[in-house]
Amino acid sequence: MSAGALELHEVWLALGPHQLLPPLSLRIAPGTIATVMGPSGCGKSSLLAYLCGVLEPGFRAGGRVVLDGSDIATTAPERRRLGLLLQDEKLFPHLSVGENLAFALPARHRGRERRRLVEAALGEAGLAGHGDRDSVTLSGGQRARVALMRTLLAEPLALLLDEPFAGLDQPLKHQFRQVIFHKIRTLGLPALLVTHNLDDATAAAGPVVRWAEPPPAPLGEVES
Amino acid sequence: MAPPLRQLGVRVAAWRRPWPGPIPALTLALLLVPILAGLSGMVLPAFGWLPALGGKALSLEPWRQLAAQPELPRALRLSLTTGIGATALSLVIALGLVAALHGRRPWPAVERVLAPLMALPHAAAAVGLAFLLAPSGWLARLAAAAITGWSVPPELWTDRDPQGLALVAGLVAKEVPYLLLMILAALPQAAPAHRLTAARMLGYGPVAAWLKIVLPPLYGQIRLPIYAVLAYSLSVVDMAAVLAPATPPPLALLVVRWLNDPDLTRHFVAAAAASLQALVVAAAILAWALGERILARWLRPLLIDGRRRDGGTATRAILAAPGLMIIAAATAGLALLAVWSVAGPWRFPAPLPATLSLDAWSRSLPRLVLPALNTLGLGLAAALLSLILVIGCLENEQRRHRILTRRGLWLLYLPLLIPQVSFLFGIEILAVAAGIDGNIPALLWGHVLFVLPYVFLSLGDSYRALDPRHAQSALSLGASPRRVLWRIKLPLLARPVMIAAAIGFSVSVALYVPTLFIGGGRVATLATETVALVASADRRLLAVHALAQAAMPLLAYGLALALSARAPRRGEGKA
Repeated sequence: MSAGALELHEVWLALGPHQLLPPLSLRIAPGTIATVMGPSGCGKSSLLAYLCGVLEPGFRAGGRVVLDGSDIATTAPERRRLGLLLQDEKLFPHLSVGENLAFALPARHRGRERRRLVEAALGEAGLAGHGDRDSVTLSGGQRARVALMRTLLAEPLALLLDEPFAGLDQPLKHQFRQVIFHKIRTLGLPALLVTHNLDDATAAAGPVVRWAEPPPAPLGEVES
Repeated sequence: MAPPLRQLGVRVAAWRRPWPGPIPALTLALLLVPILAGLSGMVLPAFGWLPALGGKALSLEPWRQLAAQPELPRALRLSLTTGIGATALSLVIALGLVAALHGRRPWPAVERVLAPLMALPHAAAAVGLAFLLAPSGWLARLAAAAITGWSVPPELWTDRDPQGLALVAGLVAKEVPYLLLMILAALPQAAPAHRLTAARMLGYGPVAAWLKIVLPPLYGQIRLPIYAVLAYSLSVVDMAAVLAPATPPPLALLVVRWLNDPDLTRHFVAAAAASLQALVVAAAILAWALGERILARWLRPLLIDGRRRDGGTATRAILAAPGLMIIAAATAGLALLAVWSVAGPWRFPAPLPATLSLDAWSRSLPRLVLPALNTLGLGLAAALLSLILVIGCLENEQRRHRILTRRGLWLLYLPLLIPQVSFLFGIEILAVAAGIDGNIPALLWGHVLFVLPYVFLSLGDSYRALDPRHAQSALSLGASPRRVLWRIKLPLLARPVMIAAAIGFSVSVALYVPTLFIGGGRVATLATETVALVASADRRLLAVHALAQAAMPLLAYGLALALSARAPRRGEGKA
């Protein structure tokens, strides 16, 4: 599943008339985890939403996004082959744990192979044999691991991480971060992590972009 | 009937405060007493017990007579095919439209027309569709002018086709907007936007993601509205009177016909038919529920087979087209009512009348005034009464920190799940026996029965979503709960309250069977007059009445929106 680089060329972001992110260029090589650091509410998540093609109305953004040599900035979200992992990622509540994983698996894996891959992913998430479990009964740590496996089963070409370990307790958080980073390096995926935590950036050991504080919005203009 | 009701209300209520303690119990009694009374008033005569008409012994004779009616098998089959067909079609069309367009650019335009379309009374909508679809209708005129060159109405199809396709079209046109509104209300809870995004980031096209991730949890939320559509479609009377074939008509129309038979002994067979109608609806709901489970089990593997492609724009166009056509047809029908009401001579195949004239309006104005006033009065009273009861119930919920349980929701839906012709038949029998048929309070009660559930469903979510901190801070400043209700909550909720009132009013304006049965045929409303005029050949007169009926709820909506535009909204008035 080795992939090409993820490149951002002059990517900028604005909310209404307010610029949130001045043009940013960044090249993330396969197996590297780049970090964008900034305070909460500065628009980090919206940057990822732009990369995914699901930016909310009101935001404006631009710039080229190149993945594995092709510009995906105007591609439909489902065709960008980006894996997105959010803080406190939810599983689909009407599907069991195993079904959540099977949902992500491409259709070309069929029958017995499909079941084997799901079972293997369950094992990696530490839930071997628990595929029938109701997804809402999982603990936070189990859910995070299943969500990671679900994202990887969809065979993305790059990963976008929005503080996926922020909701977990300290020891668990450390451990889960190790798991994710290890996966990214062994699979050779380019990854972009947004966080407000310096520890995360250090552990990622890749290029770091510091997001400046946005200029405070004048009072009363927020509603427009 | 008032004294026993009051006693029941007092006995059931475990009240601590004088108000609104008894209101939930009173509301429950208001809904349940007529249903139980009506069902017994239907079942007993069906087994021969109706002392007023000499039936003093239980027997199966009415059922034997019913079984011997030659039109029964075909009537039953027609009810089942049109009712189940219309429900399934409405559901598929409504889901298709949401799957294709929700969250996309055309959606706000679709959403704007839904409330007015849902407010459109059934009888008026049916007349409008008939003007559109009949062999001499507007579509045939357009075809004649543009393509076929017909000089007389074509004989390819008939006014009221024997298969009931026109009735299905009419039901679908009314039920699709209703289901769409129910789906929209359920969507935020059933499928928050982030879940759809998650599925798309796993590579699923928007329609595939919607069908696999949004639809399964959503279906559970709209199950009761679907059953209500099923019950209504299987037992509809007013639309059927306009659009269904007459020989034989659907079962519900047979009940009405036999009940109105001058030969009073026909009441027994009518009672058996009304009971059969109730059984048909109950069996259909059970069968539908069973079908749901089988289908869910059968389709579940498709949810996780990993197929992500959905054909994109082409699929969306195919899914959205039927819904958009239905909306266009209902709107065109409404426009045709307006054109016909002022049409001068209008020969086939001219697409527009040669001249316009107010002749139909001036002819019908004298006979329009009283039904219009009755409709207005009943609608306002029923909406106001329901609003008071609903606010009482919701306020009680909040003060006691209880929310409506699943069973409570079923009770609320009960009047919408039991066919109107069935239990209202029993009420008519009881009302005649008690000498209160045609009695205005009884009629008002009959309207509240159907208005209240809609008002409750419309207002409930907004009421519960109101930020409790407003009320808490007012309470901590020493305001009484009653003062908080009047000075804080109701002003903040002005808009949803007015919209709920408009919905309640429009439900009342549309009610045909309750008005006919409880009114004993003596209280004329626009609904009864419109249906009565269907038999006459005068399209202009019919158009005037149907348009008047359609105009009332539309005006009510307009008024509610205009008034609430001036009311304070959340976040305003800070200074």
